[in-house]
Order: sequence, then C-alpha cells, then structure tokens
Amino acid sequence: MSRTIELAHDVLERVGDRAEAEVVVTGGVSSLTRFANSFIHQNVAEEGHGVSLRVAVDGKVNAGATTSLENLDEFVDNTISIAELQRVDENWPGLAQPLDVTDPRHYDAFTAEATPDDRAGQVADFVAAGSGMRAAGFCETLGHDVAFVNTVGHRAFGRYTRATIDGIHQTEESAGSGHATSRRFVELDGSAVGATAASRARQGMDAFDLKPGEYEVVLAPECVGTIGIFLANYGFNGKQHAEGQSFAEVGHRQFDAALNLYDDVHDVRAIGVGFDAEGTPRRRLDLIKNGVTEAVAHNRRSAAKAGTHSTGHGDPGSDQWGPIPAHLFLEPGESSVDEMIASVERGLYVSTFNYCRVLDPKTLAVTGLTRNGTFMIENGRITGAVTNMRFTQSFVDALAQGRVHAIGSDARFADSEFGPGFTYVPSLHLEGWNFTGGAAG
Amino acid sequence: MFDLAQAAVEGALAAGAQYADARVVISKNQAISVFNAEPLSIDQIERAGVGVRALTGSGWGFYAVSDLTPAAARRAGEQSAAISRASASVPGPDMPLADVPVVEDSYETPHQEDPFVVPVSEKVDMLIAVTKTMLEVDGVALASGSLAFWDTNKWFVSSQGHRIHQHLVESGGGYDATALGEGETQRRSYPQSFGQYETGGYETVRRWDYEGNAGRIGEEAAALLAAPDLEEGEKSLILEGSQLALQIHESVGHAIELDRILGWEAAFAGTSHLELSKLNTHRYGSPLMNITADATLPGALGTFGYDDEGTAAQRVDIVKEGTWVGVLSGRDSASIAGLPPGGMVRGDGYNRLPMVRMTNVGLLAGDSSLEEIIADTRDGVYMATNRSWSIDDKRLNFQFGCEIGWEVKDGKLGRMVKNPTYTGITPQFWGQLDKLAGGDEWVHWGTPNCGKGQPMQVAHTGHSAAPGRFATVRVGVSA
Repeated sequence: MSRTIELAHDVLERVGDRAEAEVVVTGGVSSLTRFANSFIHQNVAEEGHGVSLRVAVDGKVNAGATTSLENLDEFVDNTISIAELQRVDENWPGLAQPLDVTDPRHYDAFTAEATPDDRAGQVADFVAAGSGMRAAGFCETLGHDVAFVNTVGHRAFGRYTRATIDGIHQTEESAGSGHATSRRFVELDGSAVGATAASRARQGMDAFDLKPGEYEVVLAPECVGTIGIFLANYGFNGKQHAEGQSFAEVGHRQFDAALNLYDDVHDVRAIGVGFDAEGTPRRRLDLIKNGVTEAVAHNRRSAAKAGTHSTGHGDPGSDQWGPIPAHLFLEPGESSVDEMIASVERGLYVSTFNYCRVLDPKTLAVTGLTRNGTFMIENGRITGAVTNMRFTQSFVDALAQGRVHAIGSDARFADSEFGPGFTYVPSLHLEGWNFTGGAAG
Repeated sequence: MFDLAQAAVEGALAAGAQYADARVVISKNQAISVFNAEPLSIDQIERAGVGVRALTGSGWGFYAVSDLTPAAARRAGEQSAAISRASASVPGPDMPLADVPVVEDSYETPHQEDPFVVPVSEKVDMLIAVTKTMLEVDGVALASGSLAFWDTNKWFVSSQGHRIHQHLVESGGGYDATALGEGETQRRSYPQSFGQYETGGYETVRRWDYEGNAGRIGEEAAALLAAPDLEEGEKSLILEGSQLALQIHESVGHAIELDRILGWEAAFAGTSHLELSKLNTHRYGSPLMNITADATLPGALGTFGYDDEGTAAQRVDIVKEGTWVGVLSGRDSASIAGLPPGGMVRGDGYNRLPMVRMTNVGLLAGDSSLEEIIADTRDGVYMATNRSWSIDDKRLNFQFGCEIGWEVKDGKLGRMVKNPTYTGITPQFWGQLDKLAGGDEWVHWGTPNCGKGQPMQVAHTGHSAAPGRFATVRVGVSA
C-alpha cells in the first residue's frame, strides 16, 4: 500500500468523530536540473509527504496543511480546535459522497525514478543541438502519489508522473525556444527540442523593430497554451462566473465555430490523477464546442452556489481563486504550420508569449510580450526576424467568429504562462492581434 | 535543530562535496479570507524540513526532505553531493564562493503582538466588517478581505562553521471592492493591490486603519464605472507610492539581480538590460533617483538578520543620483563578478535552493509632497494602486495598469478616470523622474508574491517609495 494511503487513514483516525473531515496526502519525489550558459548550474530534488486536512465542526470550517509527520496529533487537534472557534460557514457544501473514481493511470515508473544522470543526458543533448550558442533551460521529472479519504467513506488514490525538457538557445542578439512535456521521460528528445530552439535563435538574428499595429498572426503552441490557460483561469472558472467577472456566457457562440476546447484528465495524453482535492471524480468537461461556450468548471462550493454539481475542479485554493480547468485540450485542425504561414500575406509568426497580465477579466484584455522568436511573414513566407513586441489584446475577441483562419495539426503539450503540463494545444492562425508597442516603446 | 543541519552538511562532505550548507526550516503560515461579509477560507500551513546544498566544481546540488531525523538529514546531504556530481557531465567554470565572516549568531524580527496569538475570530470579524462596509456602497458587488501571517524559524549551518538561528515574523493583509458594469469590472484595493505586508506582528495590521478606509474604497470602485477612460497620449505621470514601489520592483529590482545579469535565469525569468562593464557609468535615471537595497530597514518586508548563505544583512547602494552603482548578489555570483557579496540569497522554505532575491529595494525619499507635486503639474494624470503589470525579459519594456486615476490640470486634481495605463522603456522612464515626495509619504511597501526560479519560489520583498512625478510618459494604452 502506498505510504500516502496509510497516512491519509492515519490522519482520519486521529480526527475520529470530532468533525466532518477530508484528507489529502501527496508524496513523492520532484527533481529539476537547470542549465544556463550551456552548463548545469542548479540541480535540485525534494522528497516527502504533504498532508492537507479540512474539517467542519457543526458547519464551522477550517483547513490545515503540514509536512511535519511527527506532530500529526497536534496538527489534527489544532485544525479542529480552530474550526470550533469559527462562525458557521453558511456556504459549506459538505463532503463528497463515495463515488467510483477511475484512475487514468498516468504513471510511468521509469520517470518517477529518473536519476540526475538521466536528466543531465537530456540537457547534454539539448546543449549539443545548438553548437556555438548559449543554452539555458531545465529538465524536470516528478512522480507523485495522491490519496484522498473522508469521513463519509469516500476513498480515492492515484499517481502520476511528468517529465519536461525546456530551454532556449541564444546568439549574441537573439534567442529561440523549444519545449516538450510528457508523462514518460523516454518520450523526451533533448536533441530535437534543442534543435528547434537553435533554429529559432538563428532565424531570429538581424531582427528589426516593427511598427506597432494590428497584424495577422500565426501563434505557436506556447502562445496558444497561454491563451488557453487564461481562458480557463479567468473565464471558465465557476467562481469568477458566478461573481459576474467572467466573459463566459454558457450557450452562446462566443468563439469561432472551428474551436473545440475541453478539459479531460482521462485523455490518454493527460497528466494528473482522476479526482480533485475534494475527492470528486474528474470527467471530461467540454468548455467550447463548435465555438459555443458549453460550461464552466466547479468545485463543491461554487457548484452548490450555482445549483449544480462539482465538475471535479476542487483543487487546493479553489475556494479562494475559483475552480480552474488545468487539463486542457484544444482540438487540432489539419493545417501544417508551413501551410498557415503560406496563407499569410503580411503578418507575424510568434513563438512564445511572455509576462501576460490581465487588464480586465471580464473582457480578458491582456497585455504581454512576444519572446524567443518573432518573425515577419510576407507573401506566404518568413522574411526576417522582428524584435520583441508588446500587445494589448482581448483573448476572447481574438478567437471570435470568423477570426480563426486555421488550426494546426501540431497539437502537443505547450509551456504556458502557468507552466508546463496544463495545455495540449496546436498552433493557430488568427485574423489579427493588437500590438501596442515595440522594443523602443 | 543545529544538529540536524550539521548532520546534513556532514553527509554532503562525506559524499565528496567541496562545500555544503544546510537549513532546517520550521514555518507556519495562517491565511484568512473573507468574501462578501462571509468567511471564505481559513488555512493553517506548517512546513518543516531540511534542505542541504552541496557544491562540486561548477554545479550546485540540492536535496530537501521533510523527515526531520538525523539519518534522513545525513542522507539528504549525501544526495545533494551526488546531484552536484551529476552536474559535472555538462560542466562549466568552477563556482567560487566569496569569503564572508564565519558567524555564530541569532536574530529575531522585532514585533509587539504575536499574530498567531490574536484570535482568528477577531481577524475574521474585522474582515467581515470591512467587506460589509464596502458592500453597503451602491454598485459594489464583490468585497474581499484577507490577512496572512508567517512565523519562520531557520537554523543554518555551513561546512565553514556558520551556525545561525533566525526567527522571522511577517504580517499583513488588505481588502478590495469590485464594481460590475456592462462588460467591465472596476476594482479598488487597500492598502495596496494584494495587500500590504511587513515584518512585525499584528500591530502592523492595526496601523493601517482597515475600518476607516473601507467606505472610501467602496465608493471609489463604484464611481469608476461612470468615469471616462483615460485617453491615450503623452503627459506628466504622478504615481502613488505603492505603484511606484511596484515600478521599482519590476524595472529596477529584477534588473539588478546579478544572477540575471550573468545569464543564470535566461530561459525563465530572463536576463537584464544591464551589463557589468557599465557598472558605475550607466545612466539609470534622473539625478533624483537614489536606490538602495537595504535588508536592515526596521519593519520592511525584506528585512532579516542573515541571508540563507549566512551573510549578514546589509545596505547596498544600487543607483546613486541616477547612476547605476550596485547589484543584488550572493557568494557565488559576487565572486564571479568580482564584487563584494551582498547577502541577498534566500530560499523559499526548506525545500528550495537559495538564490539571489531582492531584499528592500527602495527609492530614497525626496523633499516634496504629493500635494506640492500636483500643484506643480500643468497637464498630467495621477494614478494609484496597481491593477496589472507586465515587463519584458530584459526589464526594459513595461506596461502597468492602475486601479484608478485622476486628471491633473493646472495644479489641481480633476475628474476621475478609469483603466489608466502607462508604458515605457526603463532608463528613459526613470530619466523623466523630476519630482519626488518624502516625509511620512515614504512607506516601506511590501510585495509578498515575487516569483522566480525553477521550481518556482516565492519571496517576500520590500520597496520603500513615496509618490513621484515623471515628466512625459505615454499613457492610456488599451486593447
């Protein structure tokens, strides 16, 4: 039996009949090998268990978390005694009842046990792919067990792994990026990812300042990943939606009919376990279907307020920040990147976005910058590199009906503003993108 | 706990490390949230463990465990050395460590009222009261309040003989009101966006008079719905202190991090527009611009006794009368750059590798006041409280949005404007600084959410600032 399950039951036993309680225990090893100036300079790993406990005593709710397994009695007692001093939480939704949880089996033993030498090998391959350039980035592996128990008899267990190689190659005047994430370490190819980064860096030389304005764009998966996670975080978030801060209008055609976005940890390519921190089983949730907003995500609290059921998005912090879909898939199209570029008369190809921040969640107006490869497209081909540009753009407006010209066939895990492993998306060819500043301001 | 840290260091040395240090960290954090006059979440988080750092040649190895037993600590040390050796397969130049005094000492944050002793119910009741006050304003639909407290004990031991215990106490919070309009949201926050945090006890919260400002905050949020957008153009920009603090954080604080300048953060956080060869000659801003990194400021959020390499907290000049003169550094980065170590390396908890972080990077006070600055401005805009922030990977091209603005015409505050934004390029922008307030308008603003590193680390940093004016700035950029 996994140590996480033992610990979860141990904590629940210490609660006894003093409170309604749910316990989540995570455990495992996370390791990350970081390189810069073409050598490994930071190399870290951590192991251990984390225990989260939420209790309700006659409707008075409190939550605690600890890594101190030596003091579990004190931890449990404190969590309960603080709850007893609270006001009754009128919106306490209660505990998840026992339900079958399907384990999506996103676990790979080799990845969980990958060594520093394994990660260094990926880094060496990435670095070697950019001869004469400076490389920087990271290779990460992790393997986590997650156990859930509550006082009404619900039990769930899952485990998952994740592996990433991500980095840039730099010349004296340019940089290009590459990225790959999988639940299986053996599927990473540091040489290929490094070659992509090196190619973009070489192409990025002799960049010129482009006059700001609206340009047709082909966005690589990293850009689309950031768009996706922003849509999820600020729009398809049941709490934000209930508060009137979301753009989402369920049942309305808010996007181009070609777009289909869903959240599904059970997709064979996904990373994660089959339940959330409240024990609710995760199931596929269609967010955009043929351009129509289909649903928003809920945890138990937001669902109770909205008069519906949790969609399995009760992740830690979701009571405060809202439930956020984080296993996103944008259905691919049939266009290759070359075909998308070939159809642009005058526009830009953007490799990645950087430092995106929301000006207004309701419109999802976002400002950010391009990074690690921005290229001019003229008459269907890339004709040169452009210095990084600032944009101020509503992500919702950019995907509106008629503004999505093509969807790429190149869907993959993309890095995003929120990190790797959340979005599996293709490139997009969009009608326009509002660039509001260049390198010179 | 020193024995545990010592065991970790000995494990690393026995496994071949040329240098090792370890931190046992036991911390607790209490976070309370109230939404629309009802409790939303109350979280108590305890983190305990040991993290050990080993250096072999060019690469650090780091291993952290939550198991606080001597055997686990020693094994963590051995693992850290093994990891640092693995780094050698993709080697670089040796990573020398600058000399620092070997210290045995202790430090405690001065504080009056233990924030963990103040009853949770008192904190919740106060937040319920302020959110209720904001909700009573017509037009305010959402009102949130939060408080957070940290109590951290750290025991640091190095293979060179350091033995340092620190007890750090940090407190703070804030609240915001949101008004919902047709296709828009407008928000006002107090004391600043994401709250105000300081080192100290609950007295730091009491000082800000939460109850006394809630009505005004609600009214301003509601009034913003009817206010016109700020028109795009170039004009004088007056920034309220907390927004100027964030401007310092983003366009100075990160740019002067020596690890960024050396390229160690190139792939993620980015690099810097600054080149070491231009230290002491590069023009960063106007002569009014005097920036220090001062980890000794009483009450500021980035204040401590020693950093996580055992280097004593210190004050370092960063920009002097507009000229760039200093960096944020640690023992390895300073040694490589040929500079004295700044004592600015910190890790987020026991399980993160210490790295260069801001301490209290602040703009020294001027001799004016907000009132005088406004009276002196013919055509400008006054912006307060951050709403959005974005800056490029070299810390040059930025765009900030504020929650609220007022036109300034012929020396007087005019009509309120909404969605105020401004944009610029770092050295040109700071070159426009021509008026700076001081006195009691100079505040140690705290930033509790500074992200950096992989795996991600969150640091608490301080930024002293008073309102200031920038002569000509592009404002009013919109989607």
